[in-house]
Amino acid sequence: MLLRGARVIDPASGTDVVGDVYIEAGVFQAEPLTDDQNARVDQGRTKVVNGTGLVVSPGFVDLHCHLREPGQEHKETIATGTEAAARGGFTTVCAMPNTNPPIDSPGLVEFVLKRAKETGIVRVLPIGTITAGRQGERVADLEELASAGAVAFSDDGSPVANPQTMRNALMIARNLNLPIIQHCEDPAILGDAVAHEGWVSQRLGLTGAPGAAEESLAARDIELAALTRAHLHLAHVSSAGTIDLIKRAKDRGRKVTAEVMPHHLALTDEWLLGDRGSDWPTGSEYDTNLRVNPPVRSPEDVEAMAIALRDGVIDAVATDHAPHAWEDKAVPFGEAAPGISGIETAFGLLMTRLVHTGVIDLPMLITRMTIGPASVLAGVPGLGTFSEKLGPDVVILDPNQEWTVDPDEFASKGKNTPLTGCTLRGAVVATIVGGRVVHGEKALDALERVGG
Amino acid sequence: MASTTRTTSAPRKDEETTPRPATVVARDEEHQAQRTWRRRDLLDVDVLSADEIEIVMETADAMQEILSRQIPKAPTLRGRTVATIFYEASTRTRASFEWAVKALSGDVVNLAPSTSSVTKGESLIDTVRTLQSMGAGSIVLRHPESGAAAVAARHANVPVINAGDGRHAHPTQALLDLYTMRAHWRGDERDPIRGRKVAVVGDVLHSRVARSNAWALTAMGADVVFCGPPTLTPDEITEGFRHAGRTVTVVNDVDMALDGADAVIALRLQSERQIQGLLPSLRSYVRGYQIDAERLGRAKSDVLLMHPGPINEGVEVTPEVAAGPRSVVQEQVQHGIAVRMAVLYLTMTGQSEVGPAA
Repeated sequence: MLLRGARVIDPASGTDVVGDVYIEAGVFQAEPLTDDQNARVDQGRTKVVNGTGLVVSPGFVDLHCHLREPGQEHKETIATGTEAAARGGFTTVCAMPNTNPPIDSPGLVEFVLKRAKETGIVRVLPIGTITAGRQGERVADLEELASAGAVAFSDDGSPVANPQTMRNALMIARNLNLPIIQHCEDPAILGDAVAHEGWVSQRLGLTGAPGAAEESLAARDIELAALTRAHLHLAHVSSAGTIDLIKRAKDRGRKVTAEVMPHHLALTDEWLLGDRGSDWPTGSEYDTNLRVNPPVRSPEDVEAMAIALRDGVIDAVATDHAPHAWEDKAVPFGEAAPGISGIETAFGLLMTRLVHTGVIDLPMLITRMTIGPASVLAGVPGLGTFSEKLGPDVVILDPNQEWTVDPDEFASKGKNTPLTGCTLRGAVVATIVGGRVVHGEKALDALERVGG
Repeated sequence: MASTTRTTSAPRKDEETTPRPATVVARDEEHQAQRTWRRRDLLDVDVLSADEIEIVMETADAMQEILSRQIPKAPTLRGRTVATIFYEASTRTRASFEWAVKALSGDVVNLAPSTSSVTKGESLIDTVRTLQSMGAGSIVLRHPESGAAAVAARHANVPVINAGDGRHAHPTQALLDLYTMRAHWRGDERDPIRGRKVAVVGDVLHSRVARSNAWALTAMGADVVFCGPPTLTPDEITEGFRHAGRTVTVVNDVDMALDGADAVIALRLQSERQIQGLLPSLRSYVRGYQIDAERLGRAKSDVLLMHPGPINEGVEVTPEVAAGPRSVVQEQVQHGIAVRMAVLYLTMTGQSEVGPAA
């Protein structure tokens, strides 16, 4: 395929130019074309697409999503989850191990990889559990998990509360050169909280937990990471106070990285009142699609997240795509399963809330969705850039295309989005994994007719 | 229920006369438009305007009149069935609703799913739909989760009346408390609640009564003081009322809270708060916050002492005060029936300024 006149952004190489690019299996190349490629174009053997106004970048990397396989295939499968990822512009996703059973043994890592190979349409990198059975006590055999292909370890969904367990896990992971990903919510402070503690939770009568529930565990684990000289990655940072802790740790040269979710960058606890801001239609009070861990927080926290993302205190955007079945959410708020189906809306939401509002620019957003997460997965070479090694993983974006979120059109089985009816500005046109178009063939065909 | 064969000397027309409270108050056409009840559900007081609350109050007046008759019954809901679903134990509120339905000649079906069986397969939505299919004309719901009534209402096509959801709201309690205050303060004043100071004392954090009362009172122009131990009176709770047009404050000193108060609402204290570490001991609560005669003496001399019940005598209030001259607890119980009749009437037959379908 020859894409003409698109803006090519590759943060890894500092590229940001408008030009033509040639994409084929194993090839991603700016002009000039080889004689052979020219011949293919001339003979109409390759697609020529009008890329005016479009952006081409390396495919996005998601450090954090839930594909639910094995065990909860009614919520999502590797097939549907990777299709959703492709629609979201992600060419690589890390699958969290809180499946049933949890991915705590090499055989299960191999199962995920096998299913991904058979049914997945984007790259799937398995994350193994930190503890056996995700029980939070005995460290799993991390070496074996790594040998089988785990790229990181996490008990995500629950924190590792026991500090000694955490310390042991960090020491082992350091020797494997792999990150420990901690879900930072201190269960003792959290209690049965289902919302951010503040005036909104008080008004709605929902049990709230303060940002301190996250900050206290983050502080502890940053110290343990310093003690063990291990790589600690903080999952779904949501509280402004945590930003200060990460910044201080980084300033001291500690190996601490962090990710933030689109919903913590764009949604506040006021959404729980049905208030989705002036640009979007009113939502419903107690929308269980907003039930998520950690909770959507105050406007001040949300602002702090955006600034931290811009300044690099937070390394990556990750989706925490957490698909659920209808019945998991069709209950009172406090009984709803936590999680947002967000992989298909991530780019559009962040374009709308961060880029078009001028908080960060487009190259920065792409940075935080490509080499940002890739830097956390240093053990996996070639991620987040136009790598010849992997074959080109590419996403084609339309920064200005407007579309309205309708969960019935999701590829994901999880229709649990709080964004229903919201119009986003910024869309994924096509996604290419290893030179193969896995999403957007029709859109490219349409552009071919226009531009051909 | 047929009244024509009765041999009592009460005027028969009483039973055939259905009150038209939603209209009697309208003074002019413009006003009438505002004074129309258009809500299908009653989920909380926070959405109600002062005019809407006044409609409930005046409708409750009419219901009080019915209840004072020799045969305290009206045919308003004849042939209609109200389903009550109580996922949380309550004898009083449910009995009050049941009484209210029966006074309006309706039928009641009571459902009390055990709280322990709130598991998958017995969902709230399913229960609501089932009762609706059976022909429920409205659903009265109590549930331990905040927002449960909103969920039910979203999936129901009949009126849903919130009889208490978690910590969130208990609108009929707030309305009956307001009605009780109004009954005492009405006098010659047009605006009996405006400018009053009401102290709400106790476990504010976990109290749907405190929240709904604050909405009702501020809507009618009163100021509210929340008072209790710091662990049970979070400052953020007042922030939600910042647009209420009246002040809602937290004061941890009970003498300050009661100083000059027109009414004091003592909240029920659950003994589990002690286990949760929110209270060092029951004794410390009594020492700091129990309403006794001396503390009540700081309030206005004609202060109303209220309690949503059931009272833990010797904890929230002394037995002496609970049974004393300032206590209106029994009136609250009595007014509860009238107010719930009003709410059932308005939600089930209201929604227009035209009188009820008789």
